[in-house]
Amino acid sequence: MTEHTRSTATFTVKRGLADMLRGGVIMDVVNAEQARIAEDAGAVSVMALERVPSDIRRDGGVARMSDPQLIEEIQAAVSIPVMAKARIGHFAEAQILQSLGVDYIDESEVLTPADEANHIDKWSFDVPFVCGATNLGEALRRIAEGAALIRSKGEAGTGNIVEAVRHLRSINAAIREITQADASELFTIAKNHQAPVNLIQEIAETGKLPVPLFCAGGISTPADAALVLQLGAEAVFVGSGIFKSSNPQLFARAIVEATTHYQDAAVVAKVSRGLGAAMAGLETATLESRYAERGW
Amino acid sequence: MGAPIGVLALQGDVREHRRSLERIGREVVEVKTPADLQRVAGIVLPGGESTAISLLLNSSGLTEPLTNAIAGGLPTFGTCAGLVLLARSILDGRPDQVQLKGLDVVVRRNGYGRQLASFEGHVAGHGPLDGAALPAVFIRAPIIESVGADVEVLGTIDHAGIETPTLVRHGSVLASSFHPELTSDDRIHHLFCDMVEAATK
Repeated sequence: MTEHTRSTATFTVKRGLADMLRGGVIMDVVNAEQARIAEDAGAVSVMALERVPSDIRRDGGVARMSDPQLIEEIQAAVSIPVMAKARIGHFAEAQILQSLGVDYIDESEVLTPADEANHIDKWSFDVPFVCGATNLGEALRRIAEGAALIRSKGEAGTGNIVEAVRHLRSINAAIREITQADASELFTIAKNHQAPVNLIQEIAETGKLPVPLFCAGGISTPADAALVLQLGAEAVFVGSGIFKSSNPQLFARAIVEATTHYQDAAVVAKVSRGLGAAMAGLETATLESRYAERGW
Repeated sequence: MGAPIGVLALQGDVREHRRSLERIGREVVEVKTPADLQRVAGIVLPGGESTAISLLLNSSGLTEPLTNAIAGGLPTFGTCAGLVLLARSILDGRPDQVQLKGLDVVVRRNGYGRQLASFEGHVAGHGPLDGAALPAVFIRAPIIESVGADVEVLGTIDHAGIETPTLVRHGSVLASSFHPELTSDDRIHHLFCDMVEAATK
């Protein structure tokens, strides 16, 4: 038999897991019990964090990486991939998460940033990273730093989809503009987006972001999921929307169904029926702090 | 050309299988309902999370028609999660996981480890795939622990010194623990299309 070497942590391997999560729902959980509920409801992955975003908003203070013990309990409780959040620029938290063997790290604006100028050098890690973006330039800067998956930021913890819609539309409009540009215009476009020109050139050729684009921030109903999938998101992260609703099991299940059948309004209507109260929402115009503005 | 080939489109890397099949000139239909299933001459079960796909198979009313179609000889190709769904026996699965049967193998979910152990490598081809090694991407891959007497082993990899099956065929069912659809090598999709052609003659 021919001997061949194995390569771990290649970019194909890192984005490969994101490819497998497409069409699925990644649910925020703070403990093993919530992780089990999420898996039972059909989550493709769970995101471990210390507090869900709406509680971070309410309680304030510095929001950090979860306790490693909680992450290990969540890993033991479920068979699906486990992601965990690290603060922007906090590479020591990311090193700890990698040592725990989490499957993806979210360098997240929902936690309190640790570095106001720099993000983590994600190429120096074997574990893949997802990062938030509000526009194409931000997405491409994160990809240049090694992110293998981009999500919209939305405005986490508000239950209000308006910011996620803005971010998805902004990213997709910028991609459309690039595909219409001629080769000599791409340099100025790169300058305007503050993004590497090679990534802009790649988009001009393929018409797509170089990594999958998921949606996060403010999804709280099945209809929200159907909306963002139709706007081009390839999967959804749901934070406070599940465990801050009146019936987490039902909401989780319904959002999973709506994410798969987003093009079939009859299915989305069926799963939306009799769900009870969604999480209480917040008007984003009156927020004291906007998490989406974190990230450089 | 022939009738279209379906890709089960409940969750997972549907687009990559579509790309591989279209590259070799096949028409593709995404299957989300029993009505979609009736239009196809063969079906691909993509990579994804087998637990989530199980729930969605049940709620879409696809579990029974798909099980019957596979038992009736519908050519079926499962990759990774698709392999898990087809296996006779699943280790480290969930008790409520859907089993479509059709493939006499024992698999262990995530048997190659978590994401940090995911890798790219090459699979040695056997039988119809004898020749240059096949590029392969393993993502939190299931491991085939044993195969029944009627199962052909068409691909293997050296895993911890043991020649481990990674691509198997049992009658009209083909399955791999890795993702050929994440590579540009279409030999395995060609093989599956040949199986579809043979079945529709």
